[in-house]
Amino acid sequence: MLTYVIRRLLFSILVLFAASILVFWGMSLVTSPLGFLEQQPGVSEQTIQNIKDRKHLDDPIYVRYGNWVRDVFTDKFGTETISDQPIWPDLKRAMGHTVQLIVAAQLLAVLLGVAIGVYSALRQYSAVDYAATMFSFVGLAMPVFWLALMLQVLFVNIYLWFDVRIFYVASLNSVDPGTGIHFVLDRAQHLALPIIVLAVAGLASYSRFMRAAMLEVVNSDYVRTARAKGLDERRVTMKHAFRNALIPLITLLAIDFGAILSGAVVTESVFALDGMGLYFLTKLNAGDPYPVMAFLMVTAVLVVVFNLIADLAYGWLDPRVRLE
Amino acid sequence: MSERSAQPVPDPFSPAVTAGGAVAGDIELSHESGLDLKARSQWAYARIRFFRHKLAVISLFVLAFAAIVAVFADQIAPYGFDEFDFEHIVAAPTLDGWHIFGTDQLGRDYLSRVIYGLRTSLWVALLVASVATVLGTIVGAVAGYYGGVVDNILMRLVDLILVVPFLAVLLVLSAYLGQGKPIRVGIIVALLIWTGLARIVRGTFLSLREKEFVEAARAAGAGDMRIMFRHMLPSTVGPIVVTMTLLIAVAILLEAALSFLGFGVQPPTPALGKLIGEGAGEGFSSWWLVTFPGVVIVTLALAVNFIGDGLRDALDPQQRTRA
Repeated sequence: MLTYVIRRLLFSILVLFAASILVFWGMSLVTSPLGFLEQQPGVSEQTIQNIKDRKHLDDPIYVRYGNWVRDVFTDKFGTETISDQPIWPDLKRAMGHTVQLIVAAQLLAVLLGVAIGVYSALRQYSAVDYAATMFSFVGLAMPVFWLALMLQVLFVNIYLWFDVRIFYVASLNSVDPGTGIHFVLDRAQHLALPIIVLAVAGLASYSRFMRAAMLEVVNSDYVRTARAKGLDERRVTMKHAFRNALIPLITLLAIDFGAILSGAVVTESVFALDGMGLYFLTKLNAGDPYPVMAFLMVTAVLVVVFNLIADLAYGWLDPRVRLE
Repeated sequence: MSERSAQPVPDPFSPAVTAGGAVAGDIELSHESGLDLKARSQWAYARIRFFRHKLAVISLFVLAFAAIVAVFADQIAPYGFDEFDFEHIVAAPTLDGWHIFGTDQLGRDYLSRVIYGLRTSLWVALLVASVATVLGTIVGAVAGYYGGVVDNILMRLVDLILVVPFLAVLLVLSAYLGQGKPIRVGIIVALLIWTGLARIVRGTFLSLREKEFVEAARAAGAGDMRIMFRHMLPSTVGPIVVTMTLLIAVAILLEAALSFLGFGVQPPTPALGKLIGEGAGEGFSSWWLVTFPGVVIVTLALAVNFIGDGLRDALDPQQRTRA
């Protein structure tokens, strides 16, 4: 078990290094944030040379990569190229906001998804089951960003026609959000639409997945045994079937972390939320490899950790699975 | 979908048995008892199972219609995609000048732009799905057939692609290598989504490798390539076709997201995601700019997913119970 974890982690570190080299090389070869600066008439060559000297940009690429690796460990990802701003404080703040968004959306999606999935499985081919199936098919066929935009269109037009503001459609706070409960309510009014968007995307797949898992368990032998020995139906479903049907969902959640994060990137961009997705897109547009690398490394580490948790949890929850 | 479980269709031929030798068409068999039995080929059964899935059949028509519109865009679109109508600028859907989808900020007919966008998006999606399918099949087949070190190396490569945050890498790559050309965007997307199929094909090949017909082929002197692609591949066709169909839907959605974020297909070529992005920039009172391309994307992805579902019923019935 321990050797398994260690082997997995060692391999992941190797993969992270390979990926970081690839992205760093790729980005540094093709683009530079200085390209934009060089085209500005008001910027002297001396200014640009100063930036190059500060970041040692004239060194060969493997030296720059080495510098970057050093900065990651000693200086928390170092600084941005042009502004020389430290990267970590910005990224940390943005991450906090993304966590609020993702946790709320996932809670909503999982609770509803489990409820709908279990109900659909117990009442297979009922009207509710068909409606849920249709919903998840449509949900899976709908681009996240489009749903976000349609909700924006809807609520902006409600505001324009009826002069009622139900939800805000952009950013994280009002200009003057107030304090205490007012701050929380203001934040909730801003985050409501992004949370709905992400939750719908999750709900579509979780309800479908839960339905399949529950169907498989309900038709298994040990559930028939439980029924045969005279347990009432509620106990059979809740204690025997439901608990075991949850296991695959837990692993799906952990494995899906990368996809959830991708959804957050798109959603944050549409709603102009100060989260790590928007941070990443902004820096990518600016062509600065250092903050982009920071984002990629942080998210890649998270994905690795969650994947490992998924495998360990599976082995723990389902003793039939043995990890070697 | 309710009919699906009503009449279980006997499936007398396991895929492995008829591999490569499926008989086309039906054969009449007369039994001595006087019973007339119709022997059907594997493909005839597949066709029957597919046509029982009503949504899949309807979707097939929808997709065929979309394909025709895309191919004959030049003839069907009422205006060119960059043709200006200065009398109608940001006009809501109107019968005046037949702008039934309205016009955009430059007075370009939006129906025509959506039609040309459909052409780009469908084309990219097909390209992505084909490249990803070929790549995934070859890698999966080689890994599953040879096993051992080769398998280990290829599957670690798959892990590497799966471990990095998918959309982020896609964005980085297409920002710097895509340069807005549909073909480049397509190939970049394809390079990242073949992994799922590779795993499926590898799994099937691992089990097929031990089958007698493979041993027989080897005894008859067939080379590795011949065994892999003439003997084993036909038995894997079902899962491959199903996965490829689902990949088309994934590709449609991914290309739309990329183009929307500004890292995909670049103007002047209209793509559905790009149209939504530009439309959103016009403010939200011009709702038609965001709505129509999105409805087309959802319809396409939905149709492709239903067809995939139908094909799974038809070609890969064992997978039914799974999701």
